[in-house]
Amino acid sequence: MKVTMTVNGATCSGEVEGRTLLVSFLRDTLHLTGTHVGCDTSQCGACVVHVNGRAVKSCTMLAAEAEGATVATIEGMADADGTLSPLQQAFQDHHGLQCGFCTPGMVMSAAALLAENPKPTEHEVRHYLEGNICRCTGYHNIVKAVLAASGQDLPAVAAE
Amino acid sequence: MKTNAFAYVRADTVPDALRLYAEAGEDARYLAGGQSLMAALNFRLDEPSTLIDITRVAALRGIVADADAIRIGALTRHADVADSAVITAELPLIHAAIGHVAHPAIRNRGTFGGSVALADPAAEMPACVLALGGVMEIAGQDGTRHVPADAFFLGTYETALAPGELLTGVTIQRPAPGSRWGFAELARRAGDYAMAGLCLMIAPDRRDARVVFFSISDRPVRARAAEAAIIAGASVIEVAAVATDGIEVYGDLNAGIATKRHYASVLLRRELARLDQQEAAA
Repeated sequence: MKVTMTVNGATCSGEVEGRTLLVSFLRDTLHLTGTHVGCDTSQCGACVVHVNGRAVKSCTMLAAEAEGATVATIEGMADADGTLSPLQQAFQDHHGLQCGFCTPGMVMSAAALLAENPKPTEHEVRHYLEGNICRCTGYHNIVKAVLAASGQDLPAVAAE
Repeated sequence: MKTNAFAYVRADTVPDALRLYAEAGEDARYLAGGQSLMAALNFRLDEPSTLIDITRVAALRGIVADADAIRIGALTRHADVADSAVITAELPLIHAAIGHVAHPAIRNRGTFGGSVALADPAAEMPACVLALGGVMEIAGQDGTRHVPADAFFLGTYETALAPGELLTGVTIQRPAPGSRWGFAELARRAGDYAMAGLCLMIAPDRRDARVVFFSISDRPVRARAAEAAIIAGASVIEVAAVATDGIEVYGDLNAGIATKRHYASVLLRRELARLDQQEAAA
């Protein structure tokens, strides 16, 4: 079947099977390989994208379900000239990534958090990122990066 | 691609969904939020012939309150239940429990009715519905029928839903003013399934009590002995001592039977003590 959706502001169409996952459509059909597949079962969060403004795990949603939806992926976060978004820049500045595999999902989840709660506490950041697993265990710096991106004074909220 | 190949069809109305199921046969599955179903398919734990996507059936979404009751449409997403002012004010047990349902991104897709219809014995929403005495509204080929929560949960992933029937909503009577409630669960990691969980509703003057444990048996279970003890005016310690009397407890990877019995008793003791303190302070 044919699906059409808006991805990072552009209208995209493609042929999919009924079983094609949204993440497969993004990666294999649209070649947007920034969104990663970790567990395929909603546990790790590497595949988080925004669908109609909300963070979802694209490994447990069918491409067909996203028909007509507005999708945002990590590729849409930076400016066209490559200038990083403030959140991405904060991840770089605070060493919020090590191997980088979880980073696209972390950034998309964190962006969703900051959209609904622009000044989260450290606890709120940790709570919100529960569904994103970093197997390098670099959580402290990820939390610092999100707090820095929110424009808050880091020493006051720094990870223990 | 991890799932088997299946046909995907989209329903726009409830009759549409029922018709599509009748055409596809018993190997078809309804797709709501998909947050358990899609993971199960990716694991190949299930290989349906057809997925009937009901997520666009607008009539199944939303929360409606009248003077006596609150109806939660089956397709209301967990995140929308969490944000609902009506739920926060009138059914604070559900509001407290919903933050324990998986993670934010899953709550953005997963649905209230999907969780209830799946009947995972470790899930929070079926336990809440049982503790609140909810009534299931079920659509089938022969029309709509209603099943109380006490007769709905039959076993692990097993409910009173017949093949092809669709849970369309859950109606919950407003608790009597002055009712007290408690929710607690023990999990190894935030967002994980509980090793033991508790939903508690106590009517004013202990006229009635519903004590429901989840994640300790094959379904959410009422602790009848504890309920009777609460109504009889027993102390916190006395109630906690009979917490799992008469309940068939199952062990799992996280905790054995004796541990689960212990956890259940501890949860009940803590919540009752908290309510007593709250009452004393008021």
